[in-house]
Amino acid sequence: MPNHLHTLTIHAALDGLRAGTFTSVELTQALLDRIAAVDGDVKAYLTVTAERALEQAAQADVRRHNGDDAPLLGVPLAIKDVLSTAGVETTCGSRILKGYIPPFTATAVQRLETAGMVMLGKTNTDEFAMGSSTENSAYFTTRNPWDLTRVPGGSSGGSAAAVAADLALGALGTDTGGSVRQPAALCGVVGFKPSYGRISRYGLVAFGSSLDQVGTLTKDVRDSALLLQVLAGHDPCDSTSLPDPVPDYSATLTGDVQGLRVGIPKEYFIDGMQPEVETAVRTAIAQLESLGAEIVPISLPNADKALPVYYLVAPAEASANLARYDGVRFGYSAGADAMFENFRQTRGQGFGPEVKRRIMLGAYALSAGYYDAYYLKAQQVRTLIKQDFEQAFTQVDVIAGPVSPTTAFKIGEKSDNPLEMYLTDIFTISLNLAGMCGISVPCGFDGQNLPIGLQLIGPHLGEEVVLRTAYAYEQHTAWHQRKAGI
Amino acid sequence: MHLTPAEVRHVAELAKLHLTEDEVAQYAGQLSAILDYAESLQTVDTSNVPPTPYVLALTNVLRADEPRPSLSNAEALANAPASVDGFFRVRAVFEE
Repeated sequence: MPNHLHTLTIHAALDGLRAGTFTSVELTQALLDRIAAVDGDVKAYLTVTAERALEQAAQADVRRHNGDDAPLLGVPLAIKDVLSTAGVETTCGSRILKGYIPPFTATAVQRLETAGMVMLGKTNTDEFAMGSSTENSAYFTTRNPWDLTRVPGGSSGGSAAAVAADLALGALGTDTGGSVRQPAALCGVVGFKPSYGRISRYGLVAFGSSLDQVGTLTKDVRDSALLLQVLAGHDPCDSTSLPDPVPDYSATLTGDVQGLRVGIPKEYFIDGMQPEVETAVRTAIAQLESLGAEIVPISLPNADKALPVYYLVAPAEASANLARYDGVRFGYSAGADAMFENFRQTRGQGFGPEVKRRIMLGAYALSAGYYDAYYLKAQQVRTLIKQDFEQAFTQVDVIAGPVSPTTAFKIGEKSDNPLEMYLTDIFTISLNLAGMCGISVPCGFDGQNLPIGLQLIGPHLGEEVVLRTAYAYEQHTAWHQRKAGI
Repeated sequence: MHLTPAEVRHVAELAKLHLTEDEVAQYAGQLSAILDYAESLQTVDTSNVPPTPYVLALTNVLRADEPRPSLSNAEALANAPASVDGFFRVRAVFEE
């Protein structure tokens, strides 16, 4: 029996399980052993559900023995701790939800369970998914498996690091402004964010309701397609869930990009980008061209407005969504004597600085006298950003560019200056504002062996063209096979 | 664009967030810097541009008006910091 089970992709694991080469219990145990050996250094997990995982694995083996072949039967995965899991603590990386045990499970997680997955545990996240480095977790900072002195990115840093360090075969993350794609790029894994509405948000603890979307962190593009197939689809419990039918995503992985029009926005190649990142991304684009794609220069004229729009819209929505944490129905309660004073104390003590910053920014932008100048204005510019993409997609099929202006930065390097941290989202944020889909695939390494990601952006419901392009690129390169030495 | 400590305290009160005096000063600086950055939106011509609060065309998504099971009382109270007789227990509404 192979002793490298933790290094498998989801599709290779399914091959092995189907062939009877190993059982789900053996596979799950291998991952739990790996977590025990390595996660003390990486710190990807907030909660490891070892016993539960082995029970689920045993059940999966019985089901398989009885002829069941559900799409993810017996596959061990990790879940970002902003997704509700019944009976399993869900903290959102915050002290205000320490000890909170949801009475229900998020639809996305439910779908994976129905497909037979084994849940290894809940991964670390910036508090309430607010951040780009996982340093805002109230519990601890996850480390980048490629260099433990550096951040894994965020907010889905725990999930990205877990996949990069073979601590899970795949993981769920969430993406509101780049929180799946950016940590994927910094950790050298594949991060996919589908179009807004494609995956149900029921049970995803809300941060920015018009922006949030569940996404996947995997070792390759084929695994993204496998997970997306199970996750996508209408959910009556989420009124923002799309009724559109779900295509066969794996069938789209043909490796063919002949005649595909790839747009390169001039606004995405700016000063301040690490030169090695620009070189790697441009080389990747040239590679797509050599595979038969047509490269088309385009412009997204309002691209530089995406960050200020996001940092008004997202906090405004967050200020409303986080009003529920009041120490009454769940979570931390400060124990003050009077009701409103208890709200103030509970929230003042229970929330970390970034969360408080964003709540106040949002409340300010929505407040009387400022609503028109800030929130309404931002929503109008959001329309222009969306129109830029719609216009671009009449000329091209997919858009290519960088994910992050730099490779993984040192822990603590940007945490003193909130604005500097926000600027790391510069290439990812527009997608969320426009509701488009996007992927980050590994496209190189810098001189310090730190991963670089290529971003491919598709139109709304353009998951197939994004996956097809990403797969074609990936299969002609070997970046995704390089492993962090941990 | 400079947020005064008084404005920070006002916004903190809107959001029911207790802040120490040090926090008030720190956030005033940080929030001012972020709002300064957001000022760049003022140069964008948005006359006759409708706002996009929401990217999808879905509206008024309703379900059939049929009752169905929900959380039990026990499940709903399971995470409550304080409860009594099947109710959430709260502090007095009127402050001293």
